[in-house]
Amino acid sequence: MGALSTGEAKTSNAAARTEPDPALLTMTGISKSFLGVPVLRDVSFDLRPGEVHVLAGENGAGKSTLMKIAAGVHTDYEGEIALLGLPSRFSSPQDAAARGISVIHQEMSLIDSMSVVDNIFLGRELTRSGTARQWTDRSAQLRKAREFCEQLDLDIDLSRLVEDYSLSVKNRIEIAKALAFNARIFIMDEPTSALSGPEVDKLFGLIRQLKTRGCGIIYITHRMEEIYRIADRITVLRDGRHVGTAPAGQLSEPELIRWMIGRELSRHFPVRRTAIGAVRLEIDGLSVPKPGGTSTTKKSWLVREVSLSVRAGEIVGLAGLEGSGNTDLLRGIFGAYGKLEQGKVAIDGARFEIHSPRRSVQQGLAYLTNDRKGTGLILGLGLAENITLASLEAVSPALWMRRAMEWQVADRHVRALGIRAAGLWQEVATLSGGNQQKVALAKWIETRPGVLLLDEPTRGVDVGSKHEIYELMTQWTKDGFAILMITSEMPELLGLADRIVVMHRGRVTARFGRAEATQEKVLKAAMADEAV
Amino acid sequence: MTEPIAQTEPRPAAAKRFLHLGAMQRLLAFGALIVLFVGFSLASPNFLQFDNVVGILLATTVNGVLALGVTFVIITGGIDLSVGTVMTLSAVTTAVFITNWHLPVLLGIMAGLVTGALSGMVNGTLIAKLKIPPFIATLGMLNVARGLALVFSGLRPIYFNDTPVFNQVAMGSLLGSIVPGFEVPNLVLVLFGAAVLASLALSKTVFGRYTFALGSNEEATRLSGVDVDAWKIGVYAVTGLFAGLAGVLIGARLNSAQPSLGLGYELEAIAAAVIGGTSLSGGEGTILGTVIGAFIISTLTNGLRILSVPQEWQTVVTGAIVILAVYLDIIRRRRQS
Repeated sequence: MGALSTGEAKTSNAAARTEPDPALLTMTGISKSFLGVPVLRDVSFDLRPGEVHVLAGENGAGKSTLMKIAAGVHTDYEGEIALLGLPSRFSSPQDAAARGISVIHQEMSLIDSMSVVDNIFLGRELTRSGTARQWTDRSAQLRKAREFCEQLDLDIDLSRLVEDYSLSVKNRIEIAKALAFNARIFIMDEPTSALSGPEVDKLFGLIRQLKTRGCGIIYITHRMEEIYRIADRITVLRDGRHVGTAPAGQLSEPELIRWMIGRELSRHFPVRRTAIGAVRLEIDGLSVPKPGGTSTTKKSWLVREVSLSVRAGEIVGLAGLEGSGNTDLLRGIFGAYGKLEQGKVAIDGARFEIHSPRRSVQQGLAYLTNDRKGTGLILGLGLAENITLASLEAVSPALWMRRAMEWQVADRHVRALGIRAAGLWQEVATLSGGNQQKVALAKWIETRPGVLLLDEPTRGVDVGSKHEIYELMTQWTKDGFAILMITSEMPELLGLADRIVVMHRGRVTARFGRAEATQEKVLKAAMADEAV
Repeated sequence: MTEPIAQTEPRPAAAKRFLHLGAMQRLLAFGALIVLFVGFSLASPNFLQFDNVVGILLATTVNGVLALGVTFVIITGGIDLSVGTVMTLSAVTTAVFITNWHLPVLLGIMAGLVTGALSGMVNGTLIAKLKIPPFIATLGMLNVARGLALVFSGLRPIYFNDTPVFNQVAMGSLLGSIVPGFEVPNLVLVLFGAAVLASLALSKTVFGRYTFALGSNEEATRLSGVDVDAWKIGVYAVTGLFAGLAGVLIGARLNSAQPSLGLGYELEAIAAAVIGGTSLSGGEGTILGTVIGAFIISTLTNGLRILSVPQEWQTVVTGAIVILAVYLDIIRRRRQS
């Protein structure tokens, strides 16, 4: 027995010799929950040398969580992970990196103000030998870095700062950095989201090189076209469960979509019989530039030439996967990005210059952010304070607060929206998700807006509160509000919206009426590259 | 792709703990003040004399008024390092108006206040509009104000010898004329009056509400349609206004404007606010706490002097107490999250 346990490593090495392709990484029966909410349930996944394994699924399916477990970010999970057949448990991202797992981030992990070579060796500097141990060996680093870059076909000045290079070069520098760490497993989470067509080609060329070196690549993407260009195998997750794994050649696109959505429209939505009125919000050719991009030659866009309108009593659903620009469109309309030069916006027929959130609120716009805790509420303040935040100057014209009136206003909303709290003084940080969301909604209803821009109005909200929010939205459309809503939940989108506008990479790719919209059509439009 | 946002169930225990901790810092500060008083009284019979206590009150006025102002910016999550030298610039301006230009005393006082408020507005504009970090912007203003004070004064103290009424009103005692024997200088009344005003501004006005909102979550405040830039400039202007008032007070007390004074006052003012429970991360603070904090500092200084502890050691003790206060704030924050 003793010999067996000490020889465990040898045994698996022997197994590796007999079996030509041992998996680089095997994840078996992985489960994980956040504060009691399960996000992964018994998921298994494996990665072989020399393959690109695409991990697909809708927003919230659990892809990122699974990859964070593989990269050592989340350390408390159930299940087994094996590296080259050896059971492993990473204690930290550094630990995972040291064992050859490299994550190529959506947002770069490079430090702009440092040189390329310093970035490549950051955290694992090559040092001189002997007494000069504390000194970095610059010439050795340069020599090594040049080697990696040559392998990657990357002809750049290694002494220049990273910020001098384009995103696509940065992407490859990051991969060079991973090679310097002897990485064999690459996790790429939407690596192309900021790249142009030719840059994507270069990245894919690089991925093929990595494959020939025996590396394995786990690739997350929302773009259907990419999946079939690059994938060897595809695994689909849905609602935290493993739906299936198949070679890319054997999984047709309709089948893949069915795997991804696959659930029934079982939830009930309130029946709305609202008279649709006049156009309240009209957008014509609106573009939103990426903030901070001052160079006029290379302006990049979050939203490009979008036109749509919302009528009184109508709910228009704005569909799109993460990075489609739908949130940026709402933020842009609301003035969160400041003045927008391209495109026209009219509210109730009157031309409206986008300028600032303040101006937009005065014009009757309301914007519920998709991040309640980060940008929607002021968690440290009380219920009443949050409810009146957007209308404080109206409630207190002389800037002297009328506390009694404020509480009256807050109390009215607490009753109308059914907010459950111990009292109006209660800090919103201590409310449940559903009640917090209702507070955020109440804040906007108090401004008496004409147009509600709702970004994920039911995110992180329990089922009961969800239905109450649906009922409220129904009521508001009866009151003549126009609602433009983003939701990543298909049933919600199909169940609530009168019309659906689908966005992809900043542009509108499809429009559907209530009757013609199906999950398949919407998801296809959301994933297609400039389909319409 | 995002992970589902976890639900925050109502946690009355957490709420209670938070309230408990928030009130605790203030209680702790007040307790510390009592302990200091009792301790020094036992250590020296000279401490709890009426004249000495009046001395403590008087010593608190200037720093107290500065600390009131600085409380506002700290609640927004910012900082103002220029209050000390802006105070000096305001004192010099007042002196130039009254002594050099022979203008009415009231006009001179107004000029001092306006100088403070304007300096604050410049700070606020640099921070809100040009997005210069508060630390850097106000550090620059510290030197600008210091330099201007020297320039305007011609490098020499300016005395209010032609207008003895200025000093007389400040050091006279309205209370003493009402309650014989209770000779508390009017300067001290100004401190309490300013504290009441500051407290009302912070708790009863839209301005105060936005001050807290800015410090708690600036982006959420902006996305609620609040003109955060304008309000931020306003907050810095108010801080400057208090620095201007402190300048007028110090001028009246010393019967002169000393252009080389002012450095180091900003740290003592910030210390008072922090000791009183104003959080350097913003979103939290009370005027009552700041007043208590200011009293702790001057009581400590006074008591140590009575015990013949050398000046340099007094400075060491004050520094150590600030570190302790900030550390308490950090512990509190950690427990909160």
